[in-house]
Amino acid sequence: MELRGRVWKFGANIDTDLIIPARYLNVFDPLELAKHCMEDINPAFAQEIQPGDIIVAGKNFGCGSSREHAPMALKAAGVSAVIAPSFARIFYRNAFNVGLPVFESSPAAEKIRAGDEIVINMVTGVIANLTQNEQYQATSIPPFMQEIISTGGLISHIQRKKREGK
Amino acid sequence: MPLTITEKILATHTDQKKVAPGEIINVKVDLVLGNDITAPVAIQEFEKLAFTQVFDREKVVLVPDHFTPNKDIKSAEQALILKKFAQKYQLTNYFEVGRMGIEHCLLPEQGLVGPGNLVIGADSHTCTYGALGAFSTGVGSTDLAAAMASGEIWLKVPSSLKFIYSGQLSPWVGGKDLILFTIGKIGVDGALYAAMEFTGPVIQQLSMADRFTICNMAIEAGAKNGIIAPDEITLAYLKGRIKKPYYIYQSDPGANYAATFDFDVTSLEPQVAFPHSPENTRPISAVENVPIDQAVIGSCTNGRLEDLRLAARVLHNKKVHPYVRLIIIPGTQEIYRQALQEGLIEVFLAAEAVISTPTCGPCLGGHMGILAKGERAIATTNRNFIGRMGHPESEVYLANPAIAAASAILGRIAAPWEVS
Repeated sequence: MELRGRVWKFGANIDTDLIIPARYLNVFDPLELAKHCMEDINPAFAQEIQPGDIIVAGKNFGCGSSREHAPMALKAAGVSAVIAPSFARIFYRNAFNVGLPVFESSPAAEKIRAGDEIVINMVTGVIANLTQNEQYQATSIPPFMQEIISTGGLISHIQRKKREGK
Repeated sequence: MPLTITEKILATHTDQKKVAPGEIINVKVDLVLGNDITAPVAIQEFEKLAFTQVFDREKVVLVPDHFTPNKDIKSAEQALILKKFAQKYQLTNYFEVGRMGIEHCLLPEQGLVGPGNLVIGADSHTCTYGALGAFSTGVGSTDLAAAMASGEIWLKVPSSLKFIYSGQLSPWVGGKDLILFTIGKIGVDGALYAAMEFTGPVIQQLSMADRFTICNMAIEAGAKNGIIAPDEITLAYLKGRIKKPYYIYQSDPGANYAATFDFDVTSLEPQVAFPHSPENTRPISAVENVPIDQAVIGSCTNGRLEDLRLAARVLHNKKVHPYVRLIIIPGTQEIYRQALQEGLIEVFLAAEAVISTPTCGPCLGGHMGILAKGERAIATTNRNFIGRMGHPESEVYLANPAIAAASAILGRIAAPWEVS
């Protein structure tokens, strides 16, 4: 499976308060949250994002709060994937749990520019930059997490285990 | 094979004898926690699982503390989801306003967490309980939902980082300064995915309040958990409080650490983290004239009785600067009551501070002290990200309660010894 989209670039240590400010956390409807996604760092983001767009950011993306509303807001805003050299660990788990694929790749984070058109191969982790005609490799997703994704997320994974009596 | 305290606790919650960093394990949890922001999403996901009960109605804790007492209709509706769930599944640990406190002050106080326990909470500051020698870590709402249903969670065993603090702390320097200093040294991703183990003679002399503050902010360095091995101070804190079995673990000599940091903190000054990152620390002597509009003393980081005592020492017979708001938030009802009995509340009122019911409130820009554009606050809280306490063009400076109190009096970031 491939993800194709246009790139938005952000810097290092993008925290979950930037992704979705706490002042909007009195609701948890993903579409409501999406309206305010990235608002404090780029007020135009929620309006201008196109479905399928990809975020490429600096290290430690998603640091701070445990709010799952952050990946929920990104996904509902239309973001199809996030690429960064590293992710904060709670955000990383949450992203998979809500079905937002994230990829660790330092070269991709460094070389991809805002507005580039890129294609991510979900299976191999190869990121092709169509604009610059380059390729980068992302770290492979741990097999345990691949299993969760393949069953449709954590909740489906548990439902299946429950059915199988495990 | 010698193990760290974190590895030992994780291993005892599996059916394995030992675990190694990087290994993915399935663990049984002793307690799970959610609040009025994260639990509504978790409850929605839990309902999808169609379980007829939670894994253990005594081990699922719900604390509406972030936007409570409910700040608006939407927040009230979120808090109501928690209450209904607690009623439906007959949870023994639902804390309504009036009994509620800031979750990470409340759970240890209520004896709900003990050494050797494994706790997960849908709040990033769940790492606080490591101060008791427990393994505790923050997760998101879906992980909470799964754990509420199954009593289990998968975890990757973290590598451990050892921090050794030696020397003698100066007056007005405490747990907040140690952790801010440490984050300043290693950065906000300096402990990414790792366990931060805090050791050394300085840690052994700290009160539980200081230890909670240190472990609370392990997440600000990206850590999975912070942990301090239990000792006599831990046991004294647990006495008469803990209601469940607990197990004391220590790291073995020769246990494996990814890195060890040795800090002599004899000359350490109170630390201030400048906007917009907890790693952006400076010693108080390097802080020039920074006028402030608000000071906040409270939060899961510094809302405990010892923190209020420290603030009261500075505020005694003083007045808050005429153009500054000082907001003091006791972490729990019990802390509030003790502060009242000790006369601390009287000191705060005389100084013309405002005292709030326990709430996370301004720490996350929720309510009870939001900043306008261009305003600046000094706070004993844990994050100074852009927009954290209000307008995206406001600023938050992090410090210990004595610094916050002195700053409130002088109207600029100041040290307690500047208050004559």
